[in-house]
Amino acid sequence: MKIVLNGNPREVQATTLADLLTETGFSGRVATAVNEDFVPATLRPSHTLNDGDRVEVLAPMQGG
Amino acid sequence: MRTFYGTDLPNPLMLGTAQYPSPAILEQAFRESGAGVATVSLRREGAGGAGQTFWQMISDLNVLILPNTAGCHTVKEAVTTAHMAREVFGTDWIKLELIGHTDSLQPDVFQLVEAARILTDDGFQVFPYTTDDLIVGERLLEAGCEVLMPWGAPIGSGRGLNNEYALRAMRAEFPDTPLVVDAGIGLPSHAAHAMELGYDAVLLNTAVARAGEPATMARAMKLAIEAGQLAHQADPIEARDMAEASTPVIGKAFLT
Repeated sequence: MKIVLNGNPREVQATTLADLLTETGFSGRVATAVNEDFVPATLRPSHTLNDGDRVEVLAPMQGG
Repeated sequence: MRTFYGTDLPNPLMLGTAQYPSPAILEQAFRESGAGVATVSLRREGAGGAGQTFWQMISDLNVLILPNTAGCHTVKEAVTTAHMAREVFGTDWIKLELIGHTDSLQPDVFQLVEAARILTDDGFQVFPYTTDDLIVGERLLEAGCEVLMPWGAPIGSGRGLNNEYALRAMRAEFPDTPLVVDAGIGLPSHAAHAMELGYDAVLLNTAVARAGEPATMARAMKLAIEAGQLAHQADPIEARDMAEASTPVIGKAFLT
């Protein structure tokens, strides 16, 4: 399946958001959104991905 | 003492974490500043897990965390970012930024009020980055905000308090609301000025992070904020147009 992860198109095997994070090596404190909607951590295992989904994985960063 | 959603700030300085030359200098600056609050953001996680390293460093600072919605231009974007920040940082506090103008980074106050209402209903404790407009301030309080953060000047401009009259009016209009001058501080004297007006805190980043010696500037800010706070408590004299001799006239020798 082809998705867009943090702005970059990529081919992935995962079918759920939780599996995607594992497959792409994300861990620790991250927050996720799919197609511009927030997906809480508790819902990642049950959140099924679809071809063309836009996934954002955000982490703590410097800010003012 | 005004509290921030029931929390006493350990120190009236909220310090940003962006733009420092290195993580070590950021840590030094925080130590020197005594800041009680660190502002942070959310950005796309890199392959190397930079966000996790940053999180560990911020955790070690042992300060309150205030995540922001910097760079958001729509209500939807800001609300979604706030939800993501709450999960990552484990706090209901959110510095709500809704940018309306590209060059000045002036807040879009119409969207700001709408987003503040949505987030308050969702259980957030909103710190709105706003202008010094009194009516907008009233609307934000009606929307559920218990803190107001008017700008001193545009973000990163270092111009100080562009409109002292408006900030003074805001202090008078909202005597029970914690007020923070957020943005525009360039010098310690600007920070002292805000505190002299009776503001409860100042939020700054660039003035420290981009100074030639960030840790030294952080300490200067700390001292200035304390001086301004004490000056306000001390009930300063009113300025006047004409001189008034301070040395007694009575008893002066007749020597002409």
